[in-house]
Amino acid sequence: MFEIFTYSFIVRGFEAGLIVGFIAPLIGIFLVLRRYSLIADTLAHASLAGIAVGLLANMNPFFTALGVTVLSSLGLERLRATKRLYGESALALFLSGSLAIATVLLSLGKGFTSNLFNYLFGSIVTVTQTDIYVIAVLAVVVAVLVLIFYKELIAIAFDEEYARVSGIPVGLLNTVLIILAAVTISLAIPVVGILLISALIVIPVLAALQLKQSFLRTLLYAEFVSLFSVTSGMLLSFYFDLATGGVIVLVALFLFLLTTLFARR
Amino acid sequence: MPAVDHSENIIELENISFSYGEYEVLHDVSFSIHKGDYLAIVGRNGSGKTTLLKIILGLMKPTNGTVRLFGQDIRKFTEHARIGYVPQKATSFDPSFPATVEEVVLMGRHGRGLFRTTDERDMAAVTDALAAVDMEAYRDRQIGSLSGGQQQRVFIARALAGRPEVLFLDEPTVGVEQEIREEFYALIKKLNEELELTVVLVTHDLESVAHEAMHIACVDCTVFFHETPEEYGIQAHHH
Repeated sequence: MFEIFTYSFIVRGFEAGLIVGFIAPLIGIFLVLRRYSLIADTLAHASLAGIAVGLLANMNPFFTALGVTVLSSLGLERLRATKRLYGESALALFLSGSLAIATVLLSLGKGFTSNLFNYLFGSIVTVTQTDIYVIAVLAVVVAVLVLIFYKELIAIAFDEEYARVSGIPVGLLNTVLIILAAVTISLAIPVVGILLISALIVIPVLAALQLKQSFLRTLLYAEFVSLFSVTSGMLLSFYFDLATGGVIVLVALFLFLLTTLFARR
Repeated sequence: MPAVDHSENIIELENISFSYGEYEVLHDVSFSIHKGDYLAIVGRNGSGKTTLLKIILGLMKPTNGTVRLFGQDIRKFTEHARIGYVPQKATSFDPSFPATVEEVVLMGRHGRGLFRTTDERDMAAVTDALAAVDMEAYRDRQIGSLSGGQQQRVFIARALAGRPEVLFLDEPTVGVEQEIREEFYALIKKLNEELELTVVLVTHDLESVAHEAMHIACVDCTVFFHETPEEYGIQAHHH
């Protein structure tokens, strides 16, 4: 059954999937606990505008997506911190705004429709060796920064006001977290596609939260759910010729339902 | 009484005013809190007592005036380890948050430098803080599974874990079972006397705190500072 691993494009797909599957819960746990789940979806849509820029300007869409997503994340954080807009309306503004920009840019350069499909729903078999290097390096950066600021990020997620009084530079770390979220989202585009990125970031964490454990254990369970979903989702999708991103997210959803039932007992 | 030098100023407020738009919440408030003091800030709901506390802690900026903690202007304050804070639980805490009592109390040590890793001294401080509030047995329990009073003890332990010199508490008995509120005030009094902690407590529950506090600041736009609770009682009849 392992003959599929003799295809290098499939091996690269697994490499990308596992790397992204590893960093998604690292960021996801902080986003979910801070009730920022919708930010992942908003930034994913911003990344589509970035991809449209790349396709139109004939640049590598991966890098333009990364740039636009990071810039959007900074704009979002600024709006949130200054409380200029009412609650989640900032998210609606960015989500629909970037989608509008993306559609206009895409319609300017006609004929990108087949490509567009790959970005929306993922295209793990089109990942190149260079992509893998970039994904790996950026993922290491994300993981190391989360590790360094781990205890401060927990304290902020638990109680932002207390964190401030205890001397943690809350503003700085909020900015760091949202930039890391933007990077993670950009890396996840080829794996699950723009429309399903937030599912990969949020669902494994939600599943782990059902088990009501310590913070560290919750993170470890979320990692397990994420990596298991990516691995089994990719295998199932290759053998049954199904959309990879969709299958990965369905496996994660299935695990979420299992943990919910398990936690009830 | 313990041998504490009560003459040292820990907190100094000078001409503090605060307005929401046209509405003035605090007007020209000045007073000092000395080392080892136990000050109760009391007032009706909406009287501005929590606002006053947040201004002292630097969480809100006053419209006018200055606050100094340990002689340092709050706007440039750097010695966060010297202050402990127990926020109003109802507004700041999600009971489904995945954390054990130990993880929560450890958060009281997290403000001591960005690149520090947790060491034995941190763990010893957590143990001592849990012992001070009688919660050692609950170390590995989920914070959300505890009763309101137990959770509040854990939050006091979190504040104590930083080994502060002054402890700020915002309505500590809200969400605490009625029967054990007295016990709770006794605990705070004990921290004030035995650990020689300066205590600043915000409450609407004047009756319970009147016997415990040394000084009472009654907030009603401006602040009436009473050197002793008795003095407050006498003046209250004249209000």
